[in-house]
Amino acid sequence: MPLDSNIDPATHKFNLVGTRPLRPDGVDKVTGRAKFGADANAPGMLVGKILRSPHPHARIRSINTAKAAKLPGVKAIVTAADFKEGKRALRDVLCNVMARGKALYDGHAVAAVAATSASVARKALKLIQVDYEILPHVTDVDEAMKPGAPLLHDDMITAHVDPAPKKPSNVAARCEFGHGDPEVGFKQADVVIERSFRTEATHQGYIEPHACLASMGMDGQGELWVCTQGHYMVRNTCAALLGMDVSKLRVTASEIGGGFGGKTTVFIEPVALALSRKAGKPVKIVMSREEVFRASGPTSSSSMDVKIGVTKAGRITGALAEIRMQGGAFAGAPVELGAMSAFACYDLEHVKSVGWDVVTNRPKQAAYRAPGAPMVAFAVESVLDELARKIGMDPIELRLKNAAKEGTQSSYGPKYNRIGLRQCLEATRNHPHYTAPLGPNEGRGVAAGFWFNFGGQTCVSLNINIDGTVALAVGTPDIGGSRASMCMIAAEELGIPYDKVRAIVADTSSLGYNDISEGSRVTFSTGLATIQAARDAIGKLCARAAKTWGISPEAVVWENGHAKPSSPNAGDFAPLSLADIAKKAGNTGGPIAGHFEVNADGAGVSFAIHLADAAVDPETGRVQIKRYTVIQDAGKAVHPSYVEGQFQGGAVQGIGWALNEEYVYGKDGRLQNAGFLDYRIPVASDLPMIDTVIVEVPNPGHPYGVRGVGETSIVPPLAAIANAVSAAADVRLTELPMSPPRVLKAIDGKAAGKARR
Amino acid sequence: MRYEAPTTINAAVKLLAGKAGQARVLAGGTDLLVQMRTDRVAPDLIVDVKRIPAMRAIAAKSGGFRIGAAVSGAELGANKALRKAWPGVVEAANLIGSTQIQSRATLAGNLCNASPAADSVPALVAAGASAAVAGPRGKRTVPVESIAVGPGKTSLKKGEIVEAIILPKRAPRSGDAYLRFIPRTEMDIAVVGAGVNLTLDSKGVCTAARVALGAVAERVILVPEAAAALVGTKVDAAALKRLAAAASAACRPIDDKRGTKEFRIKVAGVLARRAAETALKRAGGSK
Ligand SMILES: Cc1cc2nc3c(=O)[nH]c(=O)nc-3n(C[C@H](O)[C@H](O)[C@H](O)COP(=O)(O)OP(=O)(O)OC[C@H]3O[C@@H](n4cnc5c(N)ncnc54)[C@H](O)[C@@H]3O)c2cc1C
Repeated sequence: MPLDSNIDPATHKFNLVGTRPLRPDGVDKVTGRAKFGADANAPGMLVGKILRSPHPHARIRSINTAKAAKLPGVKAIVTAADFKEGKRALRDVLCNVMARGKALYDGHAVAAVAATSASVARKALKLIQVDYEILPHVTDVDEAMKPGAPLLHDDMITAHVDPAPKKPSNVAARCEFGHGDPEVGFKQADVVIERSFRTEATHQGYIEPHACLASMGMDGQGELWVCTQGHYMVRNTCAALLGMDVSKLRVTASEIGGGFGGKTTVFIEPVALALSRKAGKPVKIVMSREEVFRASGPTSSSSMDVKIGVTKAGRITGALAEIRMQGGAFAGAPVELGAMSAFACYDLEHVKSVGWDVVTNRPKQAAYRAPGAPMVAFAVESVLDELARKIGMDPIELRLKNAAKEGTQSSYGPKYNRIGLRQCLEATRNHPHYTAPLGPNEGRGVAAGFWFNFGGQTCVSLNINIDGTVALAVGTPDIGGSRASMCMIAAEELGIPYDKVRAIVADTSSLGYNDISEGSRVTFSTGLATIQAARDAIGKLCARAAKTWGISPEAVVWENGHAKPSSPNAGDFAPLSLADIAKKAGNTGGPIAGHFEVNADGAGVSFAIHLADAAVDPETGRVQIKRYTVIQDAGKAVHPSYVEGQFQGGAVQGIGWALNEEYVYGKDGRLQNAGFLDYRIPVASDLPMIDTVIVEVPNPGHPYGVRGVGETSIVPPLAAIANAVSAAADVRLTELPMSPPRVLKAIDGKAAGKARR
Repeated sequence: MRYEAPTTINAAVKLLAGKAGQARVLAGGTDLLVQMRTDRVAPDLIVDVKRIPAMRAIAAKSGGFRIGAAVSGAELGANKALRKAWPGVVEAANLIGSTQIQSRATLAGNLCNASPAADSVPALVAAGASAAVAGPRGKRTVPVESIAVGPGKTSLKKGEIVEAIILPKRAPRSGDAYLRFIPRTEMDIAVVGAGVNLTLDSKGVCTAARVALGAVAERVILVPEAAAALVGTKVDAAALKRLAAAASAACRPIDDKRGTKEFRIKVAGVLARRAAETALKRAGGSK
């Protein structure tokens, strides 16, 4: 859907787009009236609880549920035997939802119980006897790739390797992107730096745990209320796993207390449905925080080697990255996206990135904001920072000299359309933060980031109510303020006030299929569908006015919320407002609605630059972020406060990832820190105010020029902070998180090295 | 599970001593309830001590203070006289948790939970505080450092309960301070904690000192060697350096998810030195 030919976003005067009205879900959320996943209730509801493997890798010899079944109050017990092994494509999802034959990680579900109370359910779990044969395990990506490592799946043959390996391994697949020959490039360089990096797995850290209420009737009709980023995905997956017709399962998405990619798959939903089917009663399952950490989907940990060469004049001549990511017990680490995005910021002649998707005895990873990109940006942007220092060039200058622009052949294939990287770099250089003085033990870091942004399948209905208000039904759960933006967009098109439009997230039976709210796609594609649905409705409104006036519909135009004759020749009629036409709809042809369905493409890629000042305590290695600025291209910011919120949220999650968040596994393969006490996301007092600058370079693929903004903001922070900490501590940090023990060790190591010299 | 809320210490002791199964005192509950929820303890009897008036008061005693075992952190922080005399103890107690936790958590609970990382305990040990213990066989007063014997284990006998924490009379020109190391700014468990308490003479020479460390051994430890490094000095740079070295040398930490051995050993010295600098300032001395 191209940029509107009538609208030049740079000069067009929007009524509402670009303003900051109050969010429609605000009052409900601050008063507690909003209904989240665990707020769904049903008469006769049972409590579902899941038994989880304490072992990282074990064969399940048998599961004896007889004792538990006899406990009064227990109404149903399910294990893998209650799910049919169906389509191959869903095999991993099914095995993750309920262990089949082997438990593959600490926390892997092995059985579930539905009972009349939580305490009965807990007791019942203790009565289930699982006979495990404990197997050797592996949780580290590099260890898992070694020959002789404990093997998770004896049928895993590395894909996309020629010739195909004869023996199974923990490497699911290889991928490669790029053009030219980096070795040729390195020969042209004056300075070449090669470094290895590691990052630990982090969790999205959404505050609301996974929760759902499932109700299956005796007639095979099911309903599910769930906290998810994609209820159509939940419906289709659950229907397939339970062998139901898609039409027989109706899924309603609750309000969502954070997802960040982590709620784009199913965990407890098929289990709750299976329990409900067996018990004949509604079943609610709510994960504990410990379960969220052990058994939902954190992101991958990584191990990477990056090599880049530059000339003294600052031209990158060659770039090479080898990226290994473990994505937990099943294939699907986001290494492909990581490898594609590695060098996407730059205009390069010789570039190559290779990725390896590895399985380990950890929970299956799920998407986490710009999956795969932040860790790779950490490695690439760290090496660039070091190169800039080596050749004595300002780090923004170095990036400007190599920045991708319109027409650049990207490192992952396509040629760029209009993009805003250069504008972001220039805005950074002109920002007062860039030249502000630093205090003692402080360092400043800068880094660039890229994200693809997605479009996808989208469908919107817009109903004109009798009083001239508008009911907008979208199918993408509101994970970042999209209801506000959609109301603004509909009101903008229709020419009516913002508060006359109310948006809801419709259930799966009320609206056609919508892809998940992911890939920064919602404001782009649901916004685009809303524009078109509004225009569809406008066409019908004009036709009703024409009918009222007895003139041809072509002779009617829509202006400022009114139908008007297009010219004096068309007739002399007083304009009819939307409300006027709505009131008479019953007499002019019935209800008026606009619809639009699309598989949207044209989502413009986006870029961001982050600036971070870090103070390092040289005696303890403790890092404090003193100042932070995000500069990002939004294409067109529909609701700037939400856009700034996305920028700030990405930066904050990045600060956590960079400094203290990590999955800590013991030698026994068990997760050591399954709680917010020892899994340290930043608290408010850890953070400075995150400053933001919205750059607007319109996306040619959207009527208003909108680009996705939700993910790009988590791509640069790991690198920006690593560069700041490395500058402050005067030693290069190459492993995340940069927790105090690790930073202190690096500082002391450097001092010892100097003393030896 | 039975819940009781007696109004006298004798009644509480009787309940605790009489019960056959596992019995627990409930003060603020900020440790106990968390442990129950995560299935780590399952007491048969819970004796809530917050209804015992004597345990809810802060009283002046022989020039010092007697702090009832059910007094919350917020109440400690609101007591001006206590804050003036023992700023280090109060700052340590007020570091515990958040505003919500502060309105419940107690010094005695922090002590009897026997975590090596308990924040108020190094400050109390450095302060030379004692615990008034009541039990089926009468009352006794013991130094606080003798209560915890290992992670989660105390020297309290069946039926015994800490009635109050006693802080001694303050000599002139005294100061105390507590510092903890956490990676974040709040809501965290000490990776290392250091409490220092010292007294100066009129010339600024240190005449007495106590140094205690948390989270570097199986329980909070008193480090006489570190204190000795200060006594007889003006707490100058050389003395502080010796203090730091002695503090580090006394550590016998473990590697765990919160920090490595080598990190804890080094940072213990750093924190002891920084806490001593603050205590010195509070005693009216200068570096
Ligand atoms: C969110 C959160 C944050 C926290 N942050 C910190 C922190 O920063 N630093 C820190 O040190 N701790 C922290 N804690 C732990 C806890 O708050 C403290 O240890 C607190 O001081 C415990 O006091 P309480 O009165 O709540 O103890 P309770 O939970 O009531 O009791 C703790 C234990 O001591 C026993 N006990 C209590 N009183 C007596 C008595 N008078 N005689 C004998 N036995 C007794 C109980 O039986 C129990 O075993 C935190 C806890 C939470 C939940």
